[in-house]
Parts: sequence; structure tokens; C-alpha cells
Amino acid sequence: MGLLEVKGINKRFGGLQALGDVNLSVAEGSLHAIIGPNGAGKSTLLNVLVGKLIPDSGSVMFDGQSVLGRKPHEINQMGISRVFQTPEIFTDLTVFENVMIPCFAKRDGAFRMHAIESIFAERDIQAQADSILADVNMLEKKDMLASSLSRGDKRRLEMAMCLVQDPKLLLLDEPTAGMARADTQNTISLLKEIREKRGITMAIIEHDMNVVFSLAERITVLAQGTPLVEDTPDKIKGHPKVREAYLGEAQI
Amino acid sequence: MLGLEKKDFRLLLIVIGLTMFAPFILNPFPEGAEMAQFNAGYPDLMQRFVIFGIFAIGFNILFGLTGYLSFGHAAFLGAGSYGAVWMFKLLSMNVLPAIAISVIIAGLFSLLIGFISLRRSGIYFSILTLAFAQMSFALAYSVLTPITGGETGLQLALDDPRIFGASQTATGNIPVPSLFGLEMRSSFEWEVGAWLFTFNAGYYLAAAFMIFAFYMSIRIFRSPFGMMLRAIKSNQTRMSYTGLNARPYTLAAFVISGMYAGLAGGLMASMDPLAGAERMQWTASGEVVLMTILGGAGTLIGPVLGAGMIKYFENIFSKINETILHSWFAFLPDGLENFVVAMIYPFIGKGWHLTLGIVFMLVVIFLPGGLVQGGQKIAALFRRNKPEDAKPNATEPAE
Repeated sequence: MGLLEVKGINKRFGGLQALGDVNLSVAEGSLHAIIGPNGAGKSTLLNVLVGKLIPDSGSVMFDGQSVLGRKPHEINQMGISRVFQTPEIFTDLTVFENVMIPCFAKRDGAFRMHAIESIFAERDIQAQADSILADVNMLEKKDMLASSLSRGDKRRLEMAMCLVQDPKLLLLDEPTAGMARADTQNTISLLKEIREKRGITMAIIEHDMNVVFSLAERITVLAQGTPLVEDTPDKIKGHPKVREAYLGEAQI
Repeated sequence: MLGLEKKDFRLLLIVIGLTMFAPFILNPFPEGAEMAQFNAGYPDLMQRFVIFGIFAIGFNILFGLTGYLSFGHAAFLGAGSYGAVWMFKLLSMNVLPAIAISVIIAGLFSLLIGFISLRRSGIYFSILTLAFAQMSFALAYSVLTPITGGETGLQLALDDPRIFGASQTATGNIPVPSLFGLEMRSSFEWEVGAWLFTFNAGYYLAAAFMIFAFYMSIRIFRSPFGMMLRAIKSNQTRMSYTGLNARPYTLAAFVISGMYAGLAGGLMASMDPLAGAERMQWTASGEVVLMTILGGAGTLIGPVLGAGMIKYFENIFSKINETILHSWFAFLPDGLENFVVAMIYPFIGKGWHLTLGIVFMLVVIFLPGGLVQGGQKIAALFRRNKPEDAKPNATEPAE
């Protein structure tokens, strides 16, 4: 029984079968990659996991509870955090405020009317925010506006915002899309570091094979909305079906 | 101090100083002087400054922090006014229960409208609030006449069944609102040489409420709740994927700003115990939007400045007429005098809206941060002239 159990998910958009009978099991403590050519249904699957889309049929169990029909903020409170393809951060706020907000969400839940207390008095929240910023090497940028950060820093900030919540499962949607090679390498080492230090279970959607094969412990290959194979990276590399569907066009 | 950071505490002290010494500050010209018509230190206008200041401070908590632009806030101000007048009619002429009930009524009313309107965001939210406010106006004007007095408005009468206090004074007049016997309209006048300063009880009560309202708004701006509201304005997607439910946060902000509007309405009725449907009209809602943007949305002091500026224009600029203009330009040759007066005339008197419109356009185009941004730019200019602390990179946060 994995931390995340997806069973028989179907999703149609009009005439298009975006997901057809998808089964997926992400074991606790593993790093599971989901790959597949464009239009394979990777993003649709991710959107089902975080509550943005509701599938036509099937079940999604997380940590023994169903996530279907719950709102995104409720799913996050269950312990699933998501990193977006283009970093979603609070651009009008400072870096420090950006990481304080998930600290409050973790401590106080989805809503609390703390309108009279001062932010400056929240010592424990500030300490938490400082320590996560130190972890991602952004402490010296804490008073900068998030909108003025470089793209790589925005990605790191978003990662820090997810990590400070100490999620049980971290979903990453193409974390290196559109990045320069150096930034991609930085992201890979950042993810590796997080894995070593915190051992968070991760599911990653990625196009860049270099990233996938240097990180993943298990890989699921999606094609036309259905899982083709699921195996270890070494087996996936040589799998004839995978070559045919996907890797035939890519250079490894 | 008082749970505030040093910078915010200084701002609070400035506001306290300005409101307490307003009778002096707003009356810089001696009585009878040519410039005396620019004096704004008379009770009626000073009361309006602080009351609309409260209205704008509250509006700014919603619009400045969450970015939700309500076009129907006058409905809460009107509801507060009606509530206050009914308290005068039924309970007592003391202003405190009247103000309390106006805040409560506006709070409940905004809870209802906010609950429905906040299902949408952006322009749809604005249209919903506008529609609700116009509905309230239409109801108050016609259907609800027994409660609101309809066209004539709600007024006190000689036969009001007041529980605490008499229906009429000994001389057969309608009693006036008071704070434990201190009449709101009573003033103390102080003549210093050619100057006449007026200290009005109603003004100081309203000013005390404004200082409290301003203090609470600083607390809200600096609280985790205020940070969440700014986060909602910045990125709602990240907000929900961080496990936060934006709806109750926006609803709470909406109700708080509705209660501020109710407080303003209650104070208005306390200064002059009548309430009319026109207080709910969309022009009144639009006015508070102008005040907030003109002063600087999302800043602490901006809405107060904006409210002051618009009320000053409305009351002082509109008083200047053609005769006054002719007397100003009498030193010019006749033909030129008439020409200059003809050029300026459309911008003053009844044309004060034109001047206000031009000022508003200039501010929005050149100072998107409002008057506060203008002040910061001037301050930065002065700082640059001092060589010892020339720090070009020292950018200040928005407030």
C-alpha cells in the first residue's frame, strides 16, 4: 500500500480521453517520476491529484483518505504540496513574507482571524521562516520583493514555501522547464539535497530525461492517457515499448 | 508602543496631532481677510473630513489589501445612518448606542452582501456590489418608506417615543444628539487677534473615533491577517495550494470595511440626526473609491489624505464664484480680466468636479501610488540633496 494510490482514473474532455484507466502507486519515501510525450495526460493527472480537476471515475487515496471532491486548500492541509511549472509565488510580498505564509497555514489551518496580533511578535514563525531560507541559501535576500528575484531564485523560493510545510508528498510539475543548463543542474542538486535531508516522498513530472534519470527511483511512462509501463530507471531505459512510444525521438 | 513598530507609532502620533490641532491648521487666514474663504476650520467641514476619513480607511482595508474593488460601500454607510437615527427616535439622544447599532447593522448587512458577492472576483464582484447598493438605494427610496422615510429621508419628529429621554424639550423643540449631555453641535470659540478658532464637540468625538479607526487599521495592516489579505491580492492560486481558504479571509475584510462604513454613517447621523436614501447612491460609493485611489490605495495614511482633499475641493472650490474671480483679477486691464476669468471660471464653483477630475487623472497617470507616493518622491528628493545619507538603493516599502 503506497502513500498515494490512484486506481482506475478516467477523465474525458468532450471527445478526448485525457486519462484512461490510470493506476499509480507512489511508495512512501520514494521519488517517483511520471514521464510521457506531449499530450500524454501528465498534467491532467497532476491536476486530479491536487483537486483542480475531478475525474469521471476512479479513486485517489492519499494516506488512507480519499482526496476526490476536496478543494485544493483542503488537499494541501492533508499534506500534499505542489510546485508549479512556472513558479507560483506571492510576487508583491517580500521573500520573508512568502515563506511566513505557509508557516501560518501549517500552524493555524485554512483560516484564522488573527487581525490584532502583530507579525513582529510571531517569533516561532519567524524562526521557522529564517531556517528554511538558510536551507535554500536565500537568507540574504529575505527583504527583497519576490517579483525582483531571478527565475532560479523564484523556483527555490517556491520550493522553500512547500518544504516549510513539511509535506508528506511533494508534487513537482516540470520543475526545470525552460531553465538554462546551469539552473537545471542547481535544481537537480537542490532536489537531491532535500531527499537526503528530509526524505520527503516526491512525484515529479518531467520532460528532461537527464533530470529524470538522475533523480527518479521509479518511473511511470504515460502515453495517450494510459500508463504504458512502470519500473526502475534502468529497466525503463531499455524497454522496447517505451522506446517506441517516447524515447525513439529523444536522445539519452 | 501600543503594539506598534516605531515607524507606525510615529505615523499614529502625526495623525493624532493633525486631528487635534485641526481647528488651528485649517484656519490659517484671519477673519475678514481676502484668503479667509480658503479656511476650512468650521465644524461642519471638519466633521466631514474625519467621517469620510473613517469611511476611506475602512474601504482601504478591503480594496488596498485584497484588491477587491467594491462599488457599493455607500450602502453600508446609509444603513448605519438609518440605524443611528432609529436609535435616536426610539431609545435616547445619546450618540453612543446610536453609533454602536450603526456599526452592528452595517456589519450584518455587509456579511449578507459580502457572502453573495465574494463568490465572484474582479469586475464581476464590483458589478455585484454595485447592483446590491443600487437595490438598497431603490428600496430605501420607495418600498421601505415606513422604515427609511423614502424621498424625504428619515428625520426626528416631535412625537418620537423615546424610551430614555423626552420626546420634546421644555421649549417644545426636538432634542439634539449629545454625549451624556454634551451636545454635538456645541462649540467653543476662541478669538486670537483677527483669528477665530472653533472647537466643536461633535468634531472631537468623530476625531477620536477616527484615531481609533486609524489605529485599528495599522494593527490589521501589520497582522498575519493583513499579510494574508495582501497574499490574496498577489496570487490566489498559490494561496489555495498553500492550504489557505481565501473566501473567509476576503469575507472578514469585507465585513470589517462594512463596519467602518457603518461607523462613518452613525457619526454622520450623530452630527445631524437625519438620514436619506441618497447616502446609498452609487455616486457616494464612487466617491470613496476616488478618495482611496487619490490618496494611495494600500497605504495607511493615503485614504485619509484623499478624503480630506476631495472634501476640501467639494466645499471650498465650489464656493468661489464669478464675482470673487473678478475681484482677484481686478488689477488686469478690463479685456484681459474678462478673458482670464472666462478661462478659469469653468474650473471653479459648480465646475469643481472638472478640477477634481483633472487632478485625479494626473495622479493616476503620474503617481499611481497616490498622494502618498508624491510625498515619498518629494521626501526622496530632499534626502538626495543631503550628501551624508545619500543612499540611492534605499527603497522604502509601500507604506
